[in-house]
Amino acid sequence: MRTFLDFEKPVADLMGQIQELRRLQNGEDGVSVSDEIATLEEKAREALKVAYSRLTPWQKTQVARHPDRPHAVHYIAGLIDEFTPLAGDRKFSEDQALIAGFGRFKGQPVAVLAQEKGADTQTRLQHNFGMARPEGYRKAVRIMELAQRFKLPVISLVDTAGAYPGVNAEERGQAEAIARSTEACLNLRVPNVAIVLGEGGSGGAIAIATANRVFMLEHAVYSVISPEGAASILWRDSTRAQDAATAMKITAADLQGLKVIDGIIPEPLGGAHRAPDEVIARTGDVIERTLSELSVLSPEDLVRSRRQKFLDIGRTLS
Amino acid sequence: MAEEDASKGSLSLNWISNVVRPKIRGFWPKRDVPENLWVKNPETGEMVFHQELEANQFVFPGSGFHQRIDARTRLRLLFDNATWENITFRGVATDPLKFRDERRYTDRLKAAKAKTGHEDAITVGAGTVEGVEIVAAVQDFDFMGGSLGMAAGEAIVAAAEAAVERHRPLILFAASGGARMQEGILSLMQLPRTTVAVEMVKEAGLPYIVVLTNPTTGGVTASYAMLGDVHIAEPGALIGFAGPRVIEQTIREKLPEGFQRAEYLKDHGMVDMVVHRHDLRPTLARLCRMFMKLPAAAAPATEEEAPEEATVAEAKRKKPAGVPTVLDDAAAAAGKTP
Repeated sequence: MRTFLDFEKPVADLMGQIQELRRLQNGEDGVSVSDEIATLEEKAREALKVAYSRLTPWQKTQVARHPDRPHAVHYIAGLIDEFTPLAGDRKFSEDQALIAGFGRFKGQPVAVLAQEKGADTQTRLQHNFGMARPEGYRKAVRIMELAQRFKLPVISLVDTAGAYPGVNAEERGQAEAIARSTEACLNLRVPNVAIVLGEGGSGGAIAIATANRVFMLEHAVYSVISPEGAASILWRDSTRAQDAATAMKITAADLQGLKVIDGIIPEPLGGAHRAPDEVIARTGDVIERTLSELSVLSPEDLVRSRRQKFLDIGRTLS
Repeated sequence: MAEEDASKGSLSLNWISNVVRPKIRGFWPKRDVPENLWVKNPETGEMVFHQELEANQFVFPGSGFHQRIDARTRLRLLFDNATWENITFRGVATDPLKFRDERRYTDRLKAAKAKTGHEDAITVGAGTVEGVEIVAAVQDFDFMGGSLGMAAGEAIVAAAEAAVERHRPLILFAASGGARMQEGILSLMQLPRTTVAVEMVKEAGLPYIVVLTNPTTGGVTASYAMLGDVHIAEPGALIGFAGPRVIEQTIREKLPEGFQRAEYLKDHGMVDMVVHRHDLRPTLARLCRMFMKLPAAAAPATEEEAPEEATVAEAKRKKPAGVPTVLDDAAAAAGKTP
């Protein structure tokens, strides 16, 4: 059973009609409604196209958070062979909000840092809804250090509402852990590439997204604070999240316009969740091309150009 | 539903915690208030003569409550003879997002500039502290909650470049509610940008010391404010990633007493020391002298720990006259470009 978002209502209605007709067709012999079904299917496709061709930033946020949207674990399953997750920050504990380990990407050994939100109650709890604690970021630093020692590129899959805001996270230095992870990214002497799959939630995202190349999926969002958060602070009204989403410029197209990201990975019609394999394959192609481009750079050039890339952000805007 | 609540609570770069308090804070007088004004200690309710408070570096006598101070006051209290050279930084695009909430961002900026007399939330100065040459970057909470945007990012980059160019330690005074939301993703990008600045200083072999003042939260703590070689905090300063209100909303519990205060961070290994404002100058000078391999201060008396209730006279006695610095020679000897 597919979950429809509110702006997909015309599509949902048509799909309902199609289902109804199908039931009719199966029930009564001789009644051929296949032409009608084909027409409705065409209409549904068209309605989907219309809806997705003009998504507002808030609607994109909903797509980015869609429960059926492919998550980091799906990308790992689709793109990384022999994936071997490593656990723990060697300081305090393991944090499943951020999955980290090594595997083979199209044959080449790589390090993977991936934020996973989980898909049902059990896995959501297991992954803490994708909100990492300090241990997650410290594990990321540990894996980046290993990647550097073995000269392996790092792939970051970003999908988080933000770092976890809790007493224990604060107690163990959430801010410091994030800062150190960003620092580790900036000092990496191997190539790194980051893909924002769904939500790029603020410091919790930048900690692993400070990369030589940063891409976003077409309907992903990336922002300094959640639209709800901005609304409750700036408008003092959390129901103004739609306005906040628009004002903050959080979509992939916005960020490309501001030269904050390097590219956008197109999603299938109706969003990544309608054809996960397709979007995962496309993402794989982008990563492959990017790693091959970066492979010619010396370790010094990788560090220098990554730092310069971030220093340059905003300097050409007027 | 748990998921809803959790994601609502994840306002990771927030200003919230203290933005609710300026009403109280706004009541406290600024420097330009009439001299006969009495100031109420927010902790004890005790009334203190304004001049006395100022002479005591805006620390309430008795309770030791450290009042928040603006960037200019901070620089004046920090540098020898209250003199320094302003370091300029490159201009930035004003309001590239054309942001508007209840007010236009450009209007908020204008108001903040008028209120503080500063271009943005960070002011950078170069001067000497007990004879040691340093570069200092000071964040001013009065400028839009000390929020970190493109201009503040450029100020930190300029401070780092100046420190490297002049071969001096960089001392950063943090005070901020976090990232400047009106600059959207561009404010988030100041986390890696300022971290690049910190790396420049570190790679030049220069000390980078952070002084965390009340309050320092959000994205500022998740970048340059938590990457110091040494972390010093002023007593009682609120320091944390997520603000107390966000955490309370997430866990739906009252927070423990003293949570996210300077002393709590020291207990949890996140800051090296909690230093009274009266002792900041000697502490910073001592550390910088050691890290820069400079000889110990000439008069050992100036290196003594100040008593808890240092008097103004003592503070003045401890402040050396504008003596030529040994660093000039050291810098000339080093003479290399990084």
